[in-house]
Amino acid sequence: MLELVQLSRRFGDKLAVAGASLTIERGEMVGIIGRSGAGKSTLLRLINRLIEPSEGRILADGTDVTALRGKDLRAWRARSAMIFQQFNLVNRLDVLTNVLCGRLNRMSTARVLFKMFTPAERVLAIRALDRLGLADVAMNRADALSGGQQQRVAIARALMQEPAILLADEPIASLDPMNAKVVMDALLDINQRDGITVLTNLHTLDTARSYCRRIIGMSAGRIVFDGKPAELTDPVLRTIYGDAGVFDERLTSTSLSVAAMPAMAR
Amino acid sequence: MTQLNPTDDPAYRLFQQRFGAMRRARSTETALTVAVVVLVFVVSAVWTEFSPTKILEGMPRIGEYFGKLLSIEPTRGADPVPVLAFGHIFGGTKEPQSIAYWFYRFDVYARLLWQTVQMAILATAMGFAAAAVLCFPATGTLLRLRPVVFVLRRLLEILRTIPQVVLAFIFVWPFGIGPLAGILAIAIHTTGALGKLFSELNENADLRAVEGIQSVGGSWLAQMRYGVLPQVLPGFLSYGLLRFEINVRSSTIMGFVGAGGIGMELKRTIGFNIYEEVSAICILILLVVVVLDLASERIRHRFIGHFV
Repeated sequence: MLELVQLSRRFGDKLAVAGASLTIERGEMVGIIGRSGAGKSTLLRLINRLIEPSEGRILADGTDVTALRGKDLRAWRARSAMIFQQFNLVNRLDVLTNVLCGRLNRMSTARVLFKMFTPAERVLAIRALDRLGLADVAMNRADALSGGQQQRVAIARALMQEPAILLADEPIASLDPMNAKVVMDALLDINQRDGITVLTNLHTLDTARSYCRRIIGMSAGRIVFDGKPAELTDPVLRTIYGDAGVFDERLTSTSLSVAAMPAMAR
Repeated sequence: MTQLNPTDDPAYRLFQQRFGAMRRARSTETALTVAVVVLVFVVSAVWTEFSPTKILEGMPRIGEYFGKLLSIEPTRGADPVPVLAFGHIFGGTKEPQSIAYWFYRFDVYARLLWQTVQMAILATAMGFAAAAVLCFPATGTLLRLRPVVFVLRRLLEILRTIPQVVLAFIFVWPFGIGPLAGILAIAIHTTGALGKLFSELNENADLRAVEGIQSVGGSWLAQMRYGVLPQVLPGFLSYGLLRFEINVRSSTIMGFVGAGGIGMELKRTIGFNIYEEVSAICILILLVVVVLDLASERIRHRFIGHFV
């Protein structure tokens, strides 16, 4: 169980996350929606402690994550795997080594320095890649892959961490619709088969509706909605996305077509 | 096209009104900078007694020196003749004006040149290793501990600003005459020079990879090893080879302060005015430097081709 208690983060005089409180049960798949700048990315980075909170606490199964330092902090990061919009792979390394990097937290300094991965770790990495349909490109350089493939490599790296939680920060924002579906399906599969909690930021409302049974809406750093997709009515969406004119849900979708955008049809 | 009178143009007047003062300030600034540079140049010229007439007067004597370098006295006191002559080129070591006579100490030169190159190899390797370790904590974008970054930056600056010959001279005292002092001197300078270049490469590394390694729970060392090193290594190797070329040239002069290599022999021959030996050594140094430069340039291009 993951609990956020009055979590805040200030950048200068701007509150990126303002007093966010949440409880997420083990095995949930939760989507976070909101306009860009609403604090979604900051919230996920706070949980993984890539960003330090200004106020508030994060509790994981009762342990105060915000108080962790050094080795314990790194162990927590390994337990809460992170997927990034820009994949954040090491471009110049091959795919297999990138996946093996998911194991760095458990390795001794000497093994880290001299890239000494055990055969068992390599097998795990190949299996993770195979599960995501990427075993063939294991020896290719990461930057030789397409965006969709790179994001799946990142997911394989996350699987290597054997995490309790998977935090995905706009995992499909840099992908075309078909690759976006492959990546979202992979996240759903990990959630359902492995029972890993998935917490993902999404900028497309339709994706959030179809993949997540629970949706959290953020606006100006605050959590303004927490409920089921069916409860996302027009008034609720206006509080999340702001009420600049008439809100059209189709405008937050990536499956663009001329017909889907009435304003531009003529 | 109609004739445009710029001063009457409303756009020009608006521009002058808005930016005129700023433009005038900038012109004044430029004029002042030029004046300071000219002043510095003139003062330096006066102090160092730099004068064009002296250069013109001395010009002919440059040829005279080369004449001496390329001539020999077949016997003591005899009139000098060219160091090589067609009829004698392939003669033995006892026959003046032959290649063998000119380079009669070739075995000594070759051994010392080999020592010189080895000095450069060792010094470059040592400096490269030290720089590759120090450059990461000396990069502000990679380490948040400002004091550590500050101290290491200053240390690298100091290492590269002390002239190598001065360092070599200092090291000859405790470590004795020979290559060791020279190697240490060049290695220290190399650490400073490469450390700065490496940390500049580090600054340009893509931090997303570093964030990726940080997010899996990797230590700072792991972030450097996997997030940064693969990105910057080709650049490190390229700069390292470039430094090796420079170090070969530096190690030839280390001998002047007794710190090993061909320089000791060069100093001796210059001291005794044995002109033809000076020229023989200079030609060999030139050959070695050119060959190594060309070879290392080839390798560097291959690195860049392979990795970028």
